[in-house]
Amino acid sequence: MSNPLSDMEHPNVIFAIGTNMTECHPVAATRLKKAIARGAKMIVADPRTTRMAKIADLHLPIRVGSDVALLLAMAHVIARDDLIDPDFINARTAGGEEFLKHVQQFPPEWAAPICEVDASLIEKAARWYGEGSPAAIFYTLGITEHICGVDNVQSLCNLALMTGNLGNIGGGINPMRGQNNIQGAGDCGAVPSNFPGFQACADPENAKKFSDAYGIAIDSEKGITKVTALNNAGKDGPDGIHAMLIDGENTVVSDPDKKHCEQALRSLDHLVVIDIFMTETAQMADIVLPATAFAETDGVQTNTERRVQRLRAAVKPPGEAKPDWWIISGIAKHMETPGFEFQSARDVFNELCSLSPIYNGLNWDRIENGEYQWPVPTSEHPGTPRLHEEEFKNGRGLFKVIGYRDPAEVIDSDFPVWLTTGRRLQAYHTRTQTGRSSGIDYLLDEESLEIHPDDANAWGIDDGDFVRMSSRRGTIEIKARLTDRSPRGTVFTSFSFASVPVNILTGSGYDPVTDTAELKVCPVAIEPISNT
Amino acid sequence: MIALKDKSSGTILGSVTIDDQLVEFHEGETIYQIAERSRRNIPTLCYDDRLEAFGACRVCVVEVEGIRNPVASCTTLASDGMVIRTKTDTIEKYRKTLLEMVASENRDLDINELAGYASQELGTLLDLYQARNGRFKGKQSGHSNQDDKNPFILRDYDNCISCYRCVRVCAEQEGDHAINVMNRGFETQITTEFGNDLRDSQCTFCGQCVQTCPTGALTDKKAIRAKDLDGEVHKTRSVCPYCGVGCAVDILTKGERVVGIQPAMDGPANEGALCIKGQYAFDFVHHPDRLTKPLIRQPDGSFREAEWEEALQAAADGFKKVRQKHGRHSVYGIASGRAPHEAAYTMQKFMRAGFGTNYIDNCSRS
Ligand code: SF4
Ligand code: SF4
Repeated sequence: MSNPLSDMEHPNVIFAIGTNMTECHPVAATRLKKAIARGAKMIVADPRTTRMAKIADLHLPIRVGSDVALLLAMAHVIARDDLIDPDFINARTAGGEEFLKHVQQFPPEWAAPICEVDASLIEKAARWYGEGSPAAIFYTLGITEHICGVDNVQSLCNLALMTGNLGNIGGGINPMRGQNNIQGAGDCGAVPSNFPGFQACADPENAKKFSDAYGIAIDSEKGITKVTALNNAGKDGPDGIHAMLIDGENTVVSDPDKKHCEQALRSLDHLVVIDIFMTETAQMADIVLPATAFAETDGVQTNTERRVQRLRAAVKPPGEAKPDWWIISGIAKHMETPGFEFQSARDVFNELCSLSPIYNGLNWDRIENGEYQWPVPTSEHPGTPRLHEEEFKNGRGLFKVIGYRDPAEVIDSDFPVWLTTGRRLQAYHTRTQTGRSSGIDYLLDEESLEIHPDDANAWGIDDGDFVRMSSRRGTIEIKARLTDRSPRGTVFTSFSFASVPVNILTGSGYDPVTDTAELKVCPVAIEPISNT
Repeated sequence: MIALKDKSSGTILGSVTIDDQLVEFHEGETIYQIAERSRRNIPTLCYDDRLEAFGACRVCVVEVEGIRNPVASCTTLASDGMVIRTKTDTIEKYRKTLLEMVASENRDLDINELAGYASQELGTLLDLYQARNGRFKGKQSGHSNQDDKNPFILRDYDNCISCYRCVRVCAEQEGDHAINVMNRGFETQITTEFGNDLRDSQCTFCGQCVQTCPTGALTDKKAIRAKDLDGEVHKTRSVCPYCGVGCAVDILTKGERVVGIQPAMDGPANEGALCIKGQYAFDFVHHPDRLTKPLIRQPDGSFREAEWEEALQAAADGFKKVRQKHGRHSVYGIASGRAPHEAAYTMQKFMRAGFGTNYIDNCSRS
């Protein structure tokens, strides 16, 4: 997030797109509810009539995967009606002129049939956002899990840049991170493109810095993504991946195209999995190593507002489970790799701080009370609750000229229904943890497919019936639930239950820049299963 | 004089004299807030500083010169020159009587601390004012709704004192309006919209109502299971293991067992709030399915338990063999978005320092 969570109580206009915050980030959503109670207006763009959509002042039930069209048309209206912030554009951005010209081609009337919403609603949303300063944007995987995920995010940036909603209190562009430490994994350099602290691998200076620090020559080009690595698993030739170390990820259930993923892992010569449970992924490993869990681990975690907080162990781990860092260091030491003589989580964190400019001012003791939000470049620095207040990291904020593209697969006569996936309040991810916590079953004991009652009627499906749902990649059976949360022609389910492996169906395409899978859009066919 | 530290948080309107001390105050400050700031401990029951002041319990009354009756300090705004007394004999006697009456209406006065964050507030005040004497033996108010089968929240309105903290936290903090107040006076009753179970209401089971209840009328059903377990309750500050909001929690333990979770009222990201996952989905930690020993796959496909030394060596040997056979670009690491920094950092170092590659990613792409 560019802005702190506390800013969520201060916007005049909230634009929430592709984020089901009341279910996925409930405590953050309470802050939005307070802003609304205070008089802020909320625009929600979501195909489904979620709780967020219900409490919104304006709901845009756009067709899945049509976000770029909506955002282009909004930019068109903001430019046309002169709701731009020319001072901000002049002083702090680049590429504005070209962008403003570009969006002239995309009036709401152009976007309406693509998004399947009225042009007048798009007009209204644009004007509210354009006039509303401070106006804040919030998004989640509903924006990024598309083949055009990067385009979606950049389109949102364009809106914020043209209206000067960056670096201001109650404004900004605010991705809500789904997992407790997904922000931290990036901070720590567990990505193929960056060393710790977002220092680009492709910059030879950085490669040299880490080569020196680690005592080995490190490639000065970025590595391949997980998606490519899985595609190359077991392949002959120089691209082949033949061994993997996977820490705490249930790849087989959470990733798209489950069959492909299982096959990839099976074709490895050597698979080591570190986890707290025998997940579907761990079951495929050659070696499974038991890790400590929440309440058993000392460590550090960064939240969605870049706040660096301490985790503390309260109880002993079961049996011989060990912290992840201890396990990984142990393997490294047995490979004679130097530099893994850590004695504690503190040692590891302090080494990270010493190598990461955004953490340079921090150490284990300074984060005791969790008051710092990175970047914290020096030990005198108070932290950075709000990014881009004075200037952008690379000087000026860049407008990007973007065009609309259809999703990788679109509906046709064979697969005439849009499937979109997400999370539910009571279940987390693949339920390895919520599924093993008592009481949760009372509220959510099985997965279902949410279908609009009129569609169900047309397809001969009753509430509670089992249906067969197929995509170009596979077929699953799932119980139907009739609800007008789903719009006509679009169905929804989550990927939380292993008994309903939705990700057998997904995986139609990947964003060309980030390799993020298009999990949010998948054309499917649905038929009732006759009770014979 | 106690000057305001944070001059920016509002226009300074003047000063009041509180128990003979001169204190500056700014616009919008109540007597209670000024008193808190200058460390005059005024007792309260219906007060939760995250919520709008309510002025219902009357325990926080103080004397203000020139005003005949005592005023509720939580709802009375300060004005320049006010002379306030927080602990005169009259006030203390008034409070004691009030507490005795409250005590007489409740069935249980000794509430286990596992019931909830604020569950000790009433009992603590009763002790402070020696008000457990049962001077007003009488009819108990409220009706319990103990047959709500939900596994998280015990609703025992025999212990309700009508402070409405639960109703207010649900409405003001959660924005959920799942529960409400029916009737008035002695017949007051906290209920869901149609008087049915919470599951059938707007309730999201965030547990906020439980944690703000000062009497144990609402009880954390999961935590209270451990009430007969031996040992003291310990609290350890940590962070919720689920989503990216990063709510600070206190882990409640007895011995080596996690028995409950309470929200950290001073948690920087959540300021006392939690959702159902952070509040109630913690006992996976002690689930019998936890892995406890390293496992190595045998030729017949099954796993056998191994010692760490053997397992680490086998893991390392496998990577070495693949590197020898296929080169350093044939090994890949996937870090977790769930594990702490130390895991992600060592993971990327494992690849970069071990193989000289950037063949590392995490699960954010799915
Ligand atoms: S658990 Fe949360 S939503 Fe349910 S009644 Fe209590 S405060 Fe309201
Ligand atoms: S308590 Fe809920 S909102 Fe807070 S971090 Fe945990 S899962 Fe997220």
